[in-house]
Amino acid sequence: MNSPVTVHLPLGTAKVAARSLSVHYGEKHALQSVDLEIRAGEVTALIGPSGCGKSTFLRCINRMNDMVDGARVSGSLTLDGSDIYDRSLDVVQLRARVGMVFQKPNPFPKSIYDNIAYGPRIHGLARNQDELDEIVMTSLERAGLLAEVKDRLTESGTGLSGGQQQRLCIARAIAVGPEVILMDEPCSALDPIATAKVEELIDDLRDNYTIVIVTHSMQQAARVSQRTAFFHLGKLIEVGDTEQIFTNPQQPLTQGYITGRFG
Amino acid sequence: MQLLILTIVLLALTGIGFSTGRRRALAVVEGNPRLLHSLPNHHGYLVALWCGIPALLVVVGWLAFEPSLLHALVISALPPELTEMSDERLSLVYNEVRNVALNGQTAGSDAVAEAARHYLSLRQTLFGATAVVALVLAVAGLAWARARINRDLRARNRVEQIVTIFLVMASTVAIFTTIGIVLSLLFESLRFFHFVPVTEFLFGTAWSPQMAIRADQVGSSGAFGAVPLFAGTMLIAGIALLVAVPLGLLSAIYMSEYALPRFRSVVKPMLEILAGIPTVVYGFFAALTVAPFIRDLGTSLGLTVASESALAAGLVMGIMIIPFVSSLSDDVISAVPQSLREGAYGLGATKSETIKQVVIPAALPGIVGGVLLAASRAIGETMIVVMAAGLAANLTANPLEAVTTVTTQIVTLLVGDQEFDSPKTLAAFALGLALFTITLALNAVALHIVNKYREKYD
Amino acid sequence: MTETTQMARLGAVRPTAEIVAARLKRRHNAERRFRAVGLGAVLLALGFLGVLLFTIVGNGITAFVQTSIRVDVTFDPAQLGIEGDTSADALAAANYQAIIKQALYRTFPEAKTRGEQRQLGAMVSSGADIELRKMLIADPALLGQTRSVWLLADDDIDMAVKGHIPRQPGIAGNRLSDNEIRWLDELESRGAVKTRFNTLLWTSGDSREPELAGLWGAVVGSIYSLIITLLVSFPLGVATSVYLEEFAPKNRWTDLIEVNINNLAAVPSVVFGLLGLAVFLNIFGMPRSAPLVGGLVLALICLPTIIIAARAAMKAVPPSIREAAAGLGASKLQVVTDHVLPLSMPGILTGTILGMAHALGETAPLLMIGMVAFIVDIPATPLDPSAVLPVQVYLWADSPERAFVERTSAAIMVLLLFLALMNLSAILLRKKFERRW
Repeated sequence: MNSPVTVHLPLGTAKVAARSLSVHYGEKHALQSVDLEIRAGEVTALIGPSGCGKSTFLRCINRMNDMVDGARVSGSLTLDGSDIYDRSLDVVQLRARVGMVFQKPNPFPKSIYDNIAYGPRIHGLARNQDELDEIVMTSLERAGLLAEVKDRLTESGTGLSGGQQQRLCIARAIAVGPEVILMDEPCSALDPIATAKVEELIDDLRDNYTIVIVTHSMQQAARVSQRTAFFHLGKLIEVGDTEQIFTNPQQPLTQGYITGRFG
Repeated sequence: MQLLILTIVLLALTGIGFSTGRRRALAVVEGNPRLLHSLPNHHGYLVALWCGIPALLVVVGWLAFEPSLLHALVISALPPELTEMSDERLSLVYNEVRNVALNGQTAGSDAVAEAARHYLSLRQTLFGATAVVALVLAVAGLAWARARINRDLRARNRVEQIVTIFLVMASTVAIFTTIGIVLSLLFESLRFFHFVPVTEFLFGTAWSPQMAIRADQVGSSGAFGAVPLFAGTMLIAGIALLVAVPLGLLSAIYMSEYALPRFRSVVKPMLEILAGIPTVVYGFFAALTVAPFIRDLGTSLGLTVASESALAAGLVMGIMIIPFVSSLSDDVISAVPQSLREGAYGLGATKSETIKQVVIPAALPGIVGGVLLAASRAIGETMIVVMAAGLAANLTANPLEAVTTVTTQIVTLLVGDQEFDSPKTLAAFALGLALFTITLALNAVALHIVNKYREKYD
Repeated sequence: MTETTQMARLGAVRPTAEIVAARLKRRHNAERRFRAVGLGAVLLALGFLGVLLFTIVGNGITAFVQTSIRVDVTFDPAQLGIEGDTSADALAAANYQAIIKQALYRTFPEAKTRGEQRQLGAMVSSGADIELRKMLIADPALLGQTRSVWLLADDDIDMAVKGHIPRQPGIAGNRLSDNEIRWLDELESRGAVKTRFNTLLWTSGDSREPELAGLWGAVVGSIYSLIITLLVSFPLGVATSVYLEEFAPKNRWTDLIEVNINNLAAVPSVVFGLLGLAVFLNIFGMPRSAPLVGGLVLALICLPTIIIAARAAMKAVPPSIREAAAGLGASKLQVVTDHVLPLSMPGILTGTILGMAHALGETAPLLMIGMVAFIVDIPATPLDPSAVLPVQVYLWADSPERAFVERTSAAIMVLLLFLALMNLSAILLRKKFERRW
């Protein structure tokens, strides 16, 4: 068995580091000179009002912005010290290391099994069917979904409930064995019970993966993250331990946002 | 000419109706339109409609029934020695009468000359009567409607009612067209099946529609087994799809997923030119260039290729439906939600992996629907096969031989001199019925699949 | 699976990144291949278009000029058969063929035998006398005089001069006799052969002789047909669209109409031809081969196109505009005529032009209603028998003479030009009035 695996990294080292990172969409300056370190083995929450650049930042880390016409990135963004926007870096390889879970659950219209097996198959992670089976089972188990679906692996992934679909998408990301998992408001389309399950899962995954989660719910950020970064109008206003941000913010803007004066 | 003058007079009367109505309405309220329920213009329209519509209906009715009425009256007035002939001879005589009367042809006999004079005078009388009735109706309608104008008349509502009735009638034209198609095909086909049993038509394997003109001629029985035509149609349509589906699908994928915007903006309209070229041009291209090319190519390879090979017709038909397949594929591919693509990219899939393993499988039902629509298009296509496919009804699966198709035979049977009641002519309608049924069924299935597919991602 | 077993296995395992990296090259190659195949498909389709247009233009461009031969013609009253009588009728009925033949015999006195003289006479078109007749009627004083005249050459000579058929004896495809080749060479060396703009192509109707055959009859027929089509299908299409979009209640009847329209859009056009034959010709007794019937059939064919385009254009008008007008007290019909129709008119017109372009290229249904007859006269009214452009293409394509290949290609070029103009105007209309809500 060769996946899903993540070597435990020492807590606190910078897995992803941004140095004066800016993003333009055509004329729009979506992200303005952001300096931010994402530490390994932690959950980092990105919060802020909509349109503040938090999703843009997230999508830079696995270069999903490449597909947006007219998007330009400047400054530096590194993964384990190597530049993500380096010309010689292969996007395919990058995305195998940096998985992503999207706002709306987007299972492929294939069976549950094939959904999970898709990543390992394209990357050739399994040498034979047994290994593939094992990857699928382990991933489902880690995503806490195995018990619910083990009898219907051949059924379509689109037939699951919304919460199950989102956990399926998380399992799908895990199956590739990424080092970092990006989550773009993963619970915004889910009901409270499903949300609770996903949050529980995020907490479990923290030991093995570096997780970056964009959320517009401050409660969620407080519940699942160790560090929180607050963005406003394309700028990083404040970053710190979650506890500190929510109890003792240094910036008046942060204060205003978490006390609900705007947002 | 007379008709033109009558129409112009009626239209002029209608115009007068409008202005009288308007003026009358203003006069009723002494020039203060605020006192009227409806605008003066509406009163004008109402009078104009009352003036024009009944009269024009009379004229249209005359146009529609003049030929059959004249036919009946002239025939009944013919001397008995002419009327006792068979129906076919009688219709020949009637044609001669019309030719003498209208085109100045010299009459073959006194009876015909007399009938031609009768035809012309009848026509004149009928037209005169129509004109008088129409004009009287127009003037009466004008006067009556004008007299009814008062300040409380709901002219606008009346006008709108009439317009709405017109709209409803217009929208039923589509239904009447369908009914017309079904009835005319069905009616003539039933007459055909009077001569040739349905089973022979549907399952017979010999097709040679050379019906004798007269019953006493030699070789008067043709063979009407349509299987070779169906097989030929399938063969050519199949070749066309083999060309069009891969090329159309791949171009659609390339244009929507890979091509740079500038390339797309230049090349897409150029590909659409292929769809705008009339089919007769493709037919000429197939017969002049492609068929000889394929024949020469085959000969140089040591193959015997018919000069009107199914391959040539199918190939050109395939080129013609490339843009059709590619625009349908484009629609269904772009209907695949972006989130699915992102899901695959997020896992590290390359573009082609995403397309082949996620986008195409997700779009498959839509693509299948599109292919069925293309098949229906290929089956119903006429000019290419008329010009480039053969006439001999060979029952073969060899694309290098000549085959014939349903549409080719429909055209061949109906072009040229024909009398209307022979099985040969009627066979065309039976083939038309088969064609209509097949394409309609294919379309229904395809639209059902495509709509279901669309609903899934809406 | 417990944590320890999983950790124990980890040692034997390469990290994901390494496995991925090992296969990257292969996957990127596959990516490039797929992309190349896609591009290949596009280029192949474009290549077909290129070959098609190249063939047509290559074959047809020379039809816009026509070969003439210069000979010295003597308007000899005796040969013309009009001793003394110079009335217009006599001049019109005179035997111009005879003076053409005499002129040719004088040019090449070595042609002595009947056979040779026949070959010589055949070098000039059988329609060349029309020109001379016009000359003499315009100026009767020419009688008895000799004039140097450019006469229309026969189609085989024309083809040989233009290089469409070889003119060496013994080579496959050569249609000229040795004598004709010699005479032609000699005429050329005297400068008595030239090609000039082909006016007949634009002014005359069909003919059995390729060099006399023109497109004007077909163009007029097409124009008549399209006018009828427009007059019938535009009001009907717009009225249907207005009813379905703005008035129709959502019920079974409306659904039935919609299903019908969609089905009609997919019915093969040849079936509409059968409808025209059975209903318009046989039941209503309308004339065969007439643009009136052709126009009616084409109107039914392009009705669905217009309705679908018109409804899309009306759907694009935002409901807020209807509400605003209704809020001011406009009746439903006033909302439509004052706001919805004017705002959607560019879209409706674009759809109508495209429908008309489609109708202009349609051939098969017109064959059904007898528009394949050989018609020389230019139709004077939509009730006269007539050809239309695509049918003319079909008829000429069926003729065996090499010169008709040239004419067919030229007819196609004219047809495509009309289609291009119509499509261009539709595009411009759309660009100019496109409105985003």
